[in-house]
Amino acid sequence: MTRLMALLIAALALVVPLSLLAGRVWIDPFAPQGPSALAILMELRAPRAALALVLGAGLGAAGAAMQGYLRNPLADPGLFGIAPGAALGAVLSFWTGYAAQPYALSIFALIGAGGAMALLGLIAGSGGSVMVFTLAGMIIASLAGALMSLAISLSPTPFAMSEIVTWLMGALSDRSWQEVWTAAPLTALGIAALLRAGRGLDALTLGEAAARSLGISPRRLQGLMIAGVGLTVGAGVAVAGIIGFVGLMVPHLIRPFTDRRPSALIAPSALAGALLLLVADCLCRIAPLQSELRLGIALSLLGAPFFLVLLLKLRRSMV
Amino acid sequence: MLSAQDLSLPGRLAGVSLALRPGEVTAICGPNGAGKSSLLTCLAGLAGRGVALDGTALEAMALRARARVLGYLPQSADVAWDVSVETLVGLGRLPWGDDAAQDRAAIEAALAALALEPLRARPVSQVSGGERARALLARVLAGSPGWLLADEPLANLDLAHQLALLAHFRALAAGGLGVVLVLHDLAHAMNHADRVVVLDQGRVVADGAPEQALAQDVIAKVWGVGARWLGEPGQRALAT
Repeated sequence: MTRLMALLIAALALVVPLSLLAGRVWIDPFAPQGPSALAILMELRAPRAALALVLGAGLGAAGAAMQGYLRNPLADPGLFGIAPGAALGAVLSFWTGYAAQPYALSIFALIGAGGAMALLGLIAGSGGSVMVFTLAGMIIASLAGALMSLAISLSPTPFAMSEIVTWLMGALSDRSWQEVWTAAPLTALGIAALLRAGRGLDALTLGEAAARSLGISPRRLQGLMIAGVGLTVGAGVAVAGIIGFVGLMVPHLIRPFTDRRPSALIAPSALAGALLLLVADCLCRIAPLQSELRLGIALSLLGAPFFLVLLLKLRRSMV
Repeated sequence: MLSAQDLSLPGRLAGVSLALRPGEVTAICGPNGAGKSSLLTCLAGLAGRGVALDGTALEAMALRARARVLGYLPQSADVAWDVSVETLVGLGRLPWGDDAAQDRAAIEAALAALALEPLRARPVSQVSGGERARALLARVLAGSPGWLLADEPLANLDLAHQLALLAHFRALAAGGLGVVLVLHDLAHAMNHADRVVVLDQGRVVADGAPEQALAQDVIAKVWGVGARWLGEPGQRALAT
């Protein structure tokens, strides 16, 4: 294990217990506050922290792999159209009224993510070209976005519409262990696929032709990327709505501390993503606002200026 | 032996047959659009069908096994991430990666062969064009290939770096490697190759020792340029 990984694990070991204590009701670990404190800890904060770790890890790893795959430091897991696909599935569950059933929302969202993944593989074809693949992702993203807007505009009741819009903003509040058990295994599988893609992503550093000459199958690499990004992002959207920018920011912050090979970035980005999402969620929880700040909005507020700074830096280096 | 039998790619190559021997420097020459790079990508197993390595069709070989034998250096010097020279050279070990000690030794040998040790920790964005070309060649050599297939490896290099790289290619061939180079500079092909294959419109129009394959009448026919060779064999210059 590298020093970076050890450092991130140590930071997580410190932040996880703190996150359990922080919130509207602060829990004093040295002065037990009866059964209500235990209930808050075990039924509200612990699943929420676990979910932040799972989703953050998935988004961080997916972002690192995406940037390696597209050979672009501005790439984000959202580019493949899987998040909009999953969101469309979730919106349809609200629209049809099934969202109230246990697991239905997650299942709809996962079907949406699976549909986007299948469509992506189908449109991209057997050539394994990165450019065709990216364009296919953009087509799917805009199609899913349009269908989502259609569903919202045709929503049966104003209540359904407000529910959809609120849900799309992305949050980890009021989540239970049920969501954790839905997202964790899928995210773990997704991260495993992304780690397996590492060798191919390293080879892509030298361009597609050189990567193929190094024994990389573009088709297999594409399959691993679809599975990895699909499972991590799909599972995330299924349980928490759209949470952007984590996949963009985390690999950037981590890259300077690695040897810059994409494969060396995936595991540390997973840890750093978990850390970032957990800290961001805690800050949302304790922010002195009338109603709790939605995590998706907070990260977008943080992420957009980050993206801008990055872009300006890149523009300067191009001159 | 790396051989092509009736190799065709629609619009690019038409019925190319040739057999390349290890231990030789073979230069592939021809005007723009003659199919030089296409032929090289076919020889590297990246396109077309009809190329065989020691009698085994490339498409029948496992990707990784093929990558261990055929080292391909594309024309593009593009490196997506600002990795160090050492990390870049290490990418050549991707087809191997099952014996760390062997990987380490091969990377060190490649760095030493191209005098890159002092630059090993330097990011590729901070080395000169010539140093980057050497690092990219070292990347291929780190894979311990039996064949080196390089697409215009001398492009964008100054004369001193061109000559230094050509000397490396000669030394590699003397060590038993099969070296195949796409070259634009006919004088380099004439002076540094053991064999020259001239392509025109996707067909082989001359194949043999440089003095024959690049004879003045071939240059006149293929390039449409009236030119004559000056100097002694091995030190030829082309006068137009």
